[in-house]
Amino acid sequence: MASYTLEGHTGTWEVVVGLEVHAQIISKSKLFSGASAAYGGAPNTHVSFIDAGFPGMLPVINKECVAQAVRTGLGLRARINLFSRFDRKNYFYADLPQGYQISQFAHPIVGTGEVEIELQDGTIKYIGITRLHLEQDAGKSMHDQHPSKSVIDLNRAGVGLMEIVSEPDIRSPEEAGAYLRKLRQILRYLGTCDGNMEEGSMRADVNVSVRKPGEAFRTRCEIKNVNSIRFVMHAVEAEAMRQIEVWESGGEVVQETRLYDPSKGETRSMRSKEDAHDYRYFPEPDLLPLILEQDWVDDLKAMLPELPDEKRARFCQEYGISYYDAGVLVAEQATADFYETLAKGRDGKLAANWVTGDFFAAMNRTGKSIENPPVSVEALGQLLDLITDTTINGRIAKTVFEEMVETGKMPTAIVDENGMRQVTDTGAIDEAVTKVLANNPDKVAEYKSGKDKLFGFFVGQVMKAMQGKGNPALVNEAVRKQLG
Amino acid sequence: MSIFDLSIAAAAKALKAKEFSAVELTTAYNEAVAALNPRLNAYITVTPELALEQARAADSRIADGSATPLTGIPLAMKDLFCTESVRTTAGSSILEPFIPPYESTVSAKLKAAGAVMLGKANLDEFAMGSSNTTSHYGAVENPWKRLGSDAKLVPGGSSGGSAAAVAARIALAATGTDTGGSIRQPASFTGLAGIKPTYGRCSRWGVVAFASSLDQPGPMARNVEDNALLLNAMAGFDQKDSTSANREVPDFCLALGRGVKGLKIGIPREYRLEGTNPEILALWDKGIEWLKAQGADIVNISLPHTKYGLPVYYIVAPAEASSNLARYDGVRFGKRVDGEDLIDLYERTRAEGFGPEVKRRIMIGTYVLSHGYYDAYYLKAQKVRNLILRDFTDAFGSVDAILTPTAPSAAFGLDEKMDDPVTMYLNDVFTVPASLAGVPAMSVPAGLSAEGLPLGLQVIGRHFDEETVFAVSAAIESAAGFSALPELRAK
Repeated sequence: MASYTLEGHTGTWEVVVGLEVHAQIISKSKLFSGASAAYGGAPNTHVSFIDAGFPGMLPVINKECVAQAVRTGLGLRARINLFSRFDRKNYFYADLPQGYQISQFAHPIVGTGEVEIELQDGTIKYIGITRLHLEQDAGKSMHDQHPSKSVIDLNRAGVGLMEIVSEPDIRSPEEAGAYLRKLRQILRYLGTCDGNMEEGSMRADVNVSVRKPGEAFRTRCEIKNVNSIRFVMHAVEAEAMRQIEVWESGGEVVQETRLYDPSKGETRSMRSKEDAHDYRYFPEPDLLPLILEQDWVDDLKAMLPELPDEKRARFCQEYGISYYDAGVLVAEQATADFYETLAKGRDGKLAANWVTGDFFAAMNRTGKSIENPPVSVEALGQLLDLITDTTINGRIAKTVFEEMVETGKMPTAIVDENGMRQVTDTGAIDEAVTKVLANNPDKVAEYKSGKDKLFGFFVGQVMKAMQGKGNPALVNEAVRKQLG
Repeated sequence: MSIFDLSIAAAAKALKAKEFSAVELTTAYNEAVAALNPRLNAYITVTPELALEQARAADSRIADGSATPLTGIPLAMKDLFCTESVRTTAGSSILEPFIPPYESTVSAKLKAAGAVMLGKANLDEFAMGSSNTTSHYGAVENPWKRLGSDAKLVPGGSSGGSAAAVAARIALAATGTDTGGSIRQPASFTGLAGIKPTYGRCSRWGVVAFASSLDQPGPMARNVEDNALLLNAMAGFDQKDSTSANREVPDFCLALGRGVKGLKIGIPREYRLEGTNPEILALWDKGIEWLKAQGADIVNISLPHTKYGLPVYYIVAPAEASSNLARYDGVRFGKRVDGEDLIDLYERTRAEGFGPEVKRRIMIGTYVLSHGYYDAYYLKAQKVRNLILRDFTDAFGSVDAILTPTAPSAAFGLDEKMDDPVTMYLNDVFTVPASLAGVPAMSVPAGLSAEGLPLGLQVIGRHFDEETVFAVSAAIESAAGFSALPELRAK
């Protein structure tokens, strides 16, 4: 693998990145209240008195959120801590109604794990997971709704989050992107987070430092709340360049929290270490420690869906497709399901070629999605069957497919209506061949004098005469026979 | 005998026998409240109309036979319990105006039992205090007087309004909450019985939080039996409070007549503090004799970490309070003092909304949780708290209950002990260890000081063994035969 480095005027620099990903848990209700955790909704309509921090209100843990965290931990091949505990993280902000966030500081529910990533050049790398813990999301402050006032929407306040912290194992923007895509893929497979960075249901804090190869870690900066994979990759590079410039101009990088400005492509200081909050963590006295039963964890493990790495390996083995194609097909669970439904009982390679080829092309062209595909899996399956049983040939199949996309009709109907059935009647084929040879005596002469390449020309002319419907093998055979 | 001298049990019997109606009983109490509360200031909010409405409902329940022992019984509700549609202040101005849209679990249970709420009782601001002098709504006067003196005395705190109301007969009984002694010390100061149940016995849901790991609602009444009747209704698992205990609630009344024969009663030597008022020690000795005379075995025990109780308490409780009180920020409910920006709004609102004792504890709590101090204070305090718990666990390996004084002195003057907060904190020296350990503890009136003021003894039991606490307390009550009455009272 070509390692990623940046060149400064004092030499080569290596980038060190660790990511803290906040993944909103998919659950009906919030982490500690019965209010809806659904995204959207009119402002302040998904708010219980607990979420709004009213006097005397107490949190009660949502068991489903705990199960989701455990599933995620299992999906990250991580250790599940049967004992974990909640802590209060104290700070004042208008969208934090209680004046503290209930989080897990000292005893997270999930310990160390790992994520396998694949880089462009096919290199496989493992990124360590330090921990995963449960915590509440804050509400939303909006400062652009009124000339002099801020408005607060507490719909998000109290929604369950999983904070997934990686080891500082990431060494390039590409690795950061690959890690985030893989993490999102795993979360989506597990159904524990929708990974929608635009809606903020997955957000990343990016820790970046630079060092000369072989050195110990230098001071890092944390870039808060980056909300797309592309921006994370840009932010890593921009921040690394900034730090290199600081070091190389004789300065010192100070530990601080920064923000990434996508419009300028640069990071800027948000608060320095001196201004850093003192969160005054202490054990949340309103909640008992979270004790899990090993049997319960085992049950969750048994019910876990097949994860992308396993599925990819199985697809290669079971359907005889390439590792690359399998990777493309398992990228989204819905695509993998679509493919697998199609490939069951059919030629796996043919199915993979069609899905990654014409089908994806049609999906992109029509702006449709795998959930609402341009052709149904049944229709595509029927098309593959028509190819396999030689009712139509591959060239006609492409025409049929386009018409399926256009009209939504089933392939057999299209084939019948347009008389597209492949001609396997050797008499008809022979007749067409005779006609073509008779019409091209000069070419026949050239062929016979050794110009073998003309064979393809005769086949093409025969197919053309048969409106593409001739069975290619039979046509080949007839041409060869008649040319002697 | 006046209607005001009836216990809950006696009043319930009279109601059932139609000697008077719930409306009559409530009307009498409403009038007594109107007459005495302007002086005593025991209630922050009075709810005579609501009380009458509830009394009418109680009368129909008595008529149709669905009454409980609390149906029609007029109570004072400590103003720390959120009560639906009735102003709740926690003794602070920062909640003004706050009318809860929900009812606390404990007050809802009492309501469901048919109890009548006369009003919301005064308390130290956010239950922080031992004299009920930190209330934004003014101090409460203890209805008891020193012999030959008209000096105003404190009723203790923080449940001072509840204590004064019950002692002065302007409530038949009351709810309180106890964090470090807030039920037991005022009970002792006003000649009442009051129990802090095991932590987790009563739900904290809907009770304005002071220190979550210590707060526990409980009853205050004129005798031990009334406490049992009230606790029967107040206790029980609540899935809305994760720290409430999922266990059966026994009928505490059944424990009252058990007696103490054969019970081992521990006397902790560490409670015999240097400089303790000899009157208190003498009363304690009397208590020991009473129990011995009724067949209990007296065992000298040691609770070696007792002396760390107060320092630990004054780290843990403020730490939790500093966090619990962060929500009073002027943004969503209660008082708001506008400012230049958000921080300014916070600062102005909290500067104006909190009184000095609350501010002091927020400062202490913030300090002990701060980076660089956490290990030395909060973490150390938690470790010592575990040692205190172990003291009790060890002691309860060999004894069934522990007897101690409730408070180091009788009620003091409204203008005494006000200069030095630490002197004030010393009031909790005997009550705090049981709070830190989470074990149940009850104060029973046991005698009068030379100055004619009530003094209480404290009975401490094992976790969730309120029954033994009730049995021992009832034994002391019957031996003490405490019958003195305060000077200021409804007659």
